[in-house]
Amino acid sequence: MRIEVKDLRFSYGGTKKRKTEKYALDGVSLTIEEGEFFGIIGQTGSGKSTFVQHLNGLIPLKEGMGEIKVGNYDLSDKRVNLKELRSKVGMVFQYPEYQLFAETVEEDVAFGVKNFFPEKSAEEIKDVVKTAIELVGLDYPALKDKSPFELSGGQKRRVAIAGVIASRPEVLVLDEPAAGLDPQGKKDFLELLERLHKDFVRTVVIVSHDMDLVAEYCDGAAVFKDGKIIKRGTTEEVFADRECIFKSGLDLPVVEYLKEKLAEKGEKIACGTKISEFLDAVTQRWGGKT
Amino acid sequence: MPILKAENVSFSYDKKINAVENFSFSVEKGEYVAVLGRNGSGKSTLAKLFNALLIPDKGKITVGEFSSDDKKSLFEIRKRVGVVFQNPDNQLIASIVEDDIAFGPENVGVPRKEIGERIEFALKAVGMEEFRRSSPERLSGGQKQRIAIAGVLALTPEILILDESTAMLDPAGRKEVLKVVEKLNEEQGVTVIAITHYMEEALFADRVIVLDGGKLAKEGRPEEIFSDRENAVKLGLELPFAARIADELIKRGVKIKSGILTKEELAEELCGSK
Amino acid sequence: MRDVSFGQYYPSFSAVHKLNPAIKILLSIAYIVAVFLVQPFYFLGFLACFTYIVLVTAVAKLPFFRVIKSIRAILFFVVLSAVIQVFVNKTGSPLWEGGFIYTGGLISAAYIVLRISMIVLGASLLTLTTSPVELADGIEFLLYPLKLIKFPVHEFALIMSIALRFIPTLLDETDRIIKAQKARGADFESKNLFKRAKAMIPVLIPLLISSFRRADELADAMDSRCYSGSKNRTKYKKLTFGWGDLIAALFTAGLIVGVVFLNGVYGVTV
Repeated sequence: MRIEVKDLRFSYGGTKKRKTEKYALDGVSLTIEEGEFFGIIGQTGSGKSTFVQHLNGLIPLKEGMGEIKVGNYDLSDKRVNLKELRSKVGMVFQYPEYQLFAETVEEDVAFGVKNFFPEKSAEEIKDVVKTAIELVGLDYPALKDKSPFELSGGQKRRVAIAGVIASRPEVLVLDEPAAGLDPQGKKDFLELLERLHKDFVRTVVIVSHDMDLVAEYCDGAAVFKDGKIIKRGTTEEVFADRECIFKSGLDLPVVEYLKEKLAEKGEKIACGTKISEFLDAVTQRWGGKT
Repeated sequence: MPILKAENVSFSYDKKINAVENFSFSVEKGEYVAVLGRNGSGKSTLAKLFNALLIPDKGKITVGEFSSDDKKSLFEIRKRVGVVFQNPDNQLIASIVEDDIAFGPENVGVPRKEIGERIEFALKAVGMEEFRRSSPERLSGGQKQRIAIAGVLALTPEILILDESTAMLDPAGRKEVLKVVEKLNEEQGVTVIAITHYMEEALFADRVIVLDGGKLAKEGRPEEIFSDRENAVKLGLELPFAARIADELIKRGVKIKSGILTKEELAEELCGSK
Repeated sequence: MRDVSFGQYYPSFSAVHKLNPAIKILLSIAYIVAVFLVQPFYFLGFLACFTYIVLVTAVAKLPFFRVIKSIRAILFFVVLSAVIQVFVNKTGSPLWEGGFIYTGGLISAAYIVLRISMIVLGASLLTLTTSPVELADGIEFLLYPLKLIKFPVHEFALIMSIALRFIPTLLDETDRIIKAQKARGADFESKNLFKRAKAMIPVLIPLLISSFRRADELADAMDSRCYSGSKNRTKYKKLTFGWGDLIAALFTAGLIVGVVFLNGVYGVTV
C-alpha cells in the first residue's frame, strides 16, 4: 500500500489554533512507496510521532487539515473503515511490551486478530497466532501458555510485535523499536525486522533517533523539524545534506562521519550509507580484497 | 583507601539463583567506573547493593567506615552513595523542582536555611538554575534526569551511581546528562559509577567492569576490555560501532592499526594510512 | 487528555501565590461560607463574591480566562441543575398564560447557577495559585491536631502529594495504552455498554501493572534518598504567617460582612 500525505496540519488545540500555539504538524507532505523500509528522523517534539499516528487514524484527520491516503483508504472520507485500515497498518509503539495484558502469550497475540476478524474460527485464529509467534522467532509450544509477564524483556517485545503482525498488516510502523534493549537484544531485533520486511510486511516505517540504525536499514528517510519535513529522499541523499542534519540537531551516522572526515583530507568516497557499502569502497580504495 | 569496597558479595532475590555472586571490587575517590553486561547480568542489583537498598546475603559492602550490614549505617551510606535511576518519570517525587531537590536533605534533617543553599548549589551544578520553580512535567527527559541528579547532589554524596540513567533519553538528552556527569567528575571530584549499555559511554571511563551471570567477568581500562574482541562479544557487549568497522577492514586486508575503538581514531588512521 | 484546567497550578510569583496555603484553604472555606450566606434571592451578594474573585485574580496575576474556564469542567452539572429548577419549580407566576415555566423557577435557576459557579471559581482560585505540594502542606498543617490521636499526618500528606504528582504521568500513559490497543483493533466506541466495559480490560491491566512498577521504582528512589518517615525530618518550606495572610484574612472577612449586609438590604424577592 502506498502512503500519500498532502499538506497535513495538526494542532493539539484543535482546528482553530490560538496565535501563540504552534502547529505540531505544519503542512507535511510525504509519499512512502509500497515496499520501502522508511525512516522518520528528527528531534523529540519535531512531530514524528504525531505524524505516524495519523497513518492509521489514531489521530483523526480533521477537515481542511490536509489529505491522507493509505492504499485505497482515504482518511478524509468520514465513512472510511478505520478498523479495516488498522488491520492493514500495524503500529508498534515505543516500549510495546507495556501493552501486554492477557493471561497467556497466545491470548495476547490473538487479541488483534479476534478484534479485526471476528468471523474467523478458533482453529484459524490459532493457526494465525502460531505463525506470528514463530515469525518473531519464539518457541510456540514452549511459550504459548505462559504469562507474558514471566518473559524476559526481549521476549516480551517480540510477543508484542507478534500481536501486531498476526493480523497480517501490509504496512508496519514502529516507534523507536530498539529502545531499552541491550546490544545483543537490539541486534537480534533488527535482524528480525529486516527478515519481516523481506518476507512478510511489504512496507516498514520506523521512527528513530538512532541514525546508525536508519543509515543501515532504511532505503528512504524524511527529516522532521518543528512540524515540517525539511528533507525527503533516499537515506544517501538525506545524510548527504549535512546542513539539514545538523540544523535539525541530529548526529551523522558513523559511516557518514567517516566519509566526512576522509573527504576533509581529500579522500572522497562514493558509497551509500550502509556499512557493507562503506567497507567495499574503502577496501577497493585502500587496496585489500573485497 | 578505597571509598567503596565490596568483599565477596552474594545476593539472591529468591534464595535460589544468585543475582550477584562472590563479587569483589573497590573504587577509589574521584574514579569514573563503567559497569557493563547484558540485561539480567546483575548490574542494577549491584547499584542497589552499593546504595544499601539491598543488603548482601554473604560478604560485605563498606563505604568509608560504614558497612551496609549494620542497620545503623544505612542512612550514612545512602547519604554518601546517590543513585540516579533509569526512568525519569519514576524518581521525581514533588511537583516542583525545588521541592523535589529538597526531599533528600529534608529526610536527613538538614536545617531549612541550608536546604535552600543546597538547592541552589545542586541546580547550578546541573545547569538548571532557571527551572527552580518549574514543574517536572514540562521538562524534557534529559532535563528531568538532570533534576534527578541535582536531587542526589543535594545530599552531598561522594559517589554518584547512574543506573542506566540515559537509557530512556534521546541522543540530545543523553549528551546533556553525560556532560553534566563528566563535569561533576572532573571539576568536583565526584566519584562516578555508570551502569550502561552504551559502549561509547564506557569509553570515557577510567575503568570498566563487566558482569556476567552476577559474577565479575572482566575488569580493566576500556581499551583492555575491548581488546579481546571475541571475549567481549561473548560477554554480551557490543563493540563500539567504529571498532566493528575497523576490524572488518583489517580482515579485508586494509592496512590500519588494530585496537581502534572510536570513530575519531578510525578516521585519523584511515586518513594517515593511505 | 491533558486539558484539565480544574485543579491545575498556574505558577507565578504573586502575593496570592505566596500566601500560607493553610490560610488559603481556610479562607477558601470562608469564601464558600460567604457564597452560601447569600440568601435567595439577594443577587447583589453574588456580585460581591464575583468582585472578590476578580480582585483576587488580578492580585494573583492570573489570566482571567483560565479562572473562568474552570466552570467548563462542571458545565454539564450546572446546566442540568438549572434545567431541573426551571421545569420543577412552579412558584411565582407563569411566564405566559398557561405556560409551564414560572418566574420562580427562572430566578431559582439563576440563583443555583450563580451559587455553583461562584463556588467553583473560588475553589479553582485556590488550586490555580497553590501548587499540589503546597496544598498537601497546608492540609498537613491543618490536620496537625490529629497527630494527637496517632493519625499519620505526614504520611497522609506525602501520599496525597505523590498522587497529585503522578496524575499527569498516568493520564499520558493511559492515552498511550488506549492508542496501542486501538491500533490492535480494540473498540472503545461500541454502543453496547457491556462491550465497552470489556474493552477497558486491555487498558486497565497494563495501566495497573505499570502503576505497580512505578510505585516500586519510586519507593527505591525515595529510599535511596534517605526517606524514613517523618522522624527527624526537617521541612524546607515551613509555613509562615506574614502580613499578607492577615490582609487576606481581613479582606475575606470583609466579604462575609458585605454579603450579610447586602442580604439585609437589596433583595429580589418573589
